[in-house]
Amino acid sequence: MRNIWTIARREYKHYFISPIAYIVALAVLLVIGIYFVIVLYYQANQALMYGATAPDISIVVGPMATIFLFATPALTMRLLADEQRMGTLELLLTAPVRDGELVIGKWLGAFLFVLTIIAVTLVYPIVLNKLSSPGIDQGIMIAGYLAITLIVACFLALGTAMSSFFSNQFAAFFATLAILLVFWWLIRLPTYIIPSGFFNSLFTYLDLNGRFGSMLGGTIALSDIIYPLSLTTLGLLLGTVAVEIRRWR
Amino acid sequence: MINVDGLTKDYGSRRAIENLTFEAQQGEVVGFLGPNGAGKTTTMRILTGYMPPTSGGAKVAGYDVMTESLDVRRRVGYLPETVPLYPDMTVFDYLKFMADLRHLPNADDMVDDALELVGMTDRAEGYIGALSKGMRQRIGLAQALLHKPEVLILDEPTIGLDPAQVVEVRNVIREIGKERTVLLSTHILSEAQALCDRVLIINKGHIVAEDSPENLQARLTGAERSILRVKGDADDLAPKIARIAGVQRAAARPDGSVEFQFAPGHDVRPLVARAVIESGYDLLELSPIGMSLEEIFLELTREDKKEM
Repeated sequence: MRNIWTIARREYKHYFISPIAYIVALAVLLVIGIYFVIVLYYQANQALMYGATAPDISIVVGPMATIFLFATPALTMRLLADEQRMGTLELLLTAPVRDGELVIGKWLGAFLFVLTIIAVTLVYPIVLNKLSSPGIDQGIMIAGYLAITLIVACFLALGTAMSSFFSNQFAAFFATLAILLVFWWLIRLPTYIIPSGFFNSLFTYLDLNGRFGSMLGGTIALSDIIYPLSLTTLGLLLGTVAVEIRRWR
Repeated sequence: MINVDGLTKDYGSRRAIENLTFEAQQGEVVGFLGPNGAGKTTTMRILTGYMPPTSGGAKVAGYDVMTESLDVRRRVGYLPETVPLYPDMTVFDYLKFMADLRHLPNADDMVDDALELVGMTDRAEGYIGALSKGMRQRIGLAQALLHKPEVLILDEPTIGLDPAQVVEVRNVIREIGKERTVLLSTHILSEAQALCDRVLIINKGHIVAEDSPENLQARLTGAERSILRVKGDADDLAPKIARIAGVQRAAARPDGSVEFQFAPGHDVRPLVARAVIESGYDLLELSPIGMSLEEIFLELTREDKKEM
């Protein structure tokens, strides 16, 4: 536990001196800011002409998931790949640290950094709450932020695993992106062509985007939480196995 | 402290080390000597718990490297061949990070101690990326010494250092070697000669010789050799020396000096000195020439080639 925290803290600090992390943070916040302003303006216009629709937090959290789909691979790509390149992996693997602790610590550092970015976006619900009367739905807001937290945890764990498999950062980046695209987008496609039945409901279950969407609506089913958590665990497990494999090579 | 028993490691179809067996006691500095690719780094990586062996086993500080890896790693200080440093961290932060990973109770003091030991206290706040190669090497050494380990494993510890730093680092290693176990690898033979109580010569994954540097010399030469230099011309001196009882062989060398051999334990040098003086020469130099580790090394690895 203590080792996980030691590694996570170093990793978290590292993001604040890394240009990539700043670019990612800037891109995320800038895009969401622009999106927020435009959508709000549009909704205000609509409200003037056709009557008020209550604004909700999905206009912030919704696009955030899409941006993090591309941003998290950039944050995780160097986690273990870079240690391998610099030779510091040898240091960590000969220190009294379990392979799992190393992988979880790396993931946790990245997770805390993304949580920091997400925390900055909390200004939008505050603004939204001030602008609308009687204010935004608190339940939907909490559900939305829980959803995005679960989704990035899952993205980052899969990214950490890929970084652990590859010694090259760019290989890790594109492998992560490919996997995220499968879980976020591609895995839903078969449901359009296969008849309803076991496989149809399986692919529906595995569709991360669908889970995320239903949480954004404000209803949280237990499986909506369990599924991203299982994927996160799987990613961390795969990462640990990959480190183990490195030892045997 | 280190017990290696029948260690073998394959990388795919290539066998890096084969059936390696040796020991190192507490308070002993053991040198691992061999050309590049001989299997030194592989052996060290197995002993530090970085990678498992293909077969055979090893115990470090009483713990099995396979089944009690974490216990081994807690007790070993390791300086890998490529010094593992984070260039974007300060020296202090880096060592503090390692101290935290090792759960050292008074981490700050331990870091200060280690920095003092390698003479880098004044650079504690500097970034590692801004340090010279020699300084980085010393920070790597500080990292290995941080937790005052029972066993210290150093892969080429003095590589890239300037001569003054080499002397300093050797002094540090020698000091530590008095109480603890040090296993160091090098392909600089004079270093093994200067530092080690015992030398293991390894070639192509096999130990080809194991002894103290002095014994290795005596064993391989089978005779003691000395050189004799006199003032002026010494052309007719060699035959005279050769006639002295106990001298096995005497020959003039191109530079005008005379080299002679005698059986170990039968020192004929007083007799030789007297003979030179009595013959009317002015004696300038009479000194032993040991077979250098370089020669021993070449000798051993050449024999190895012949076998193949």
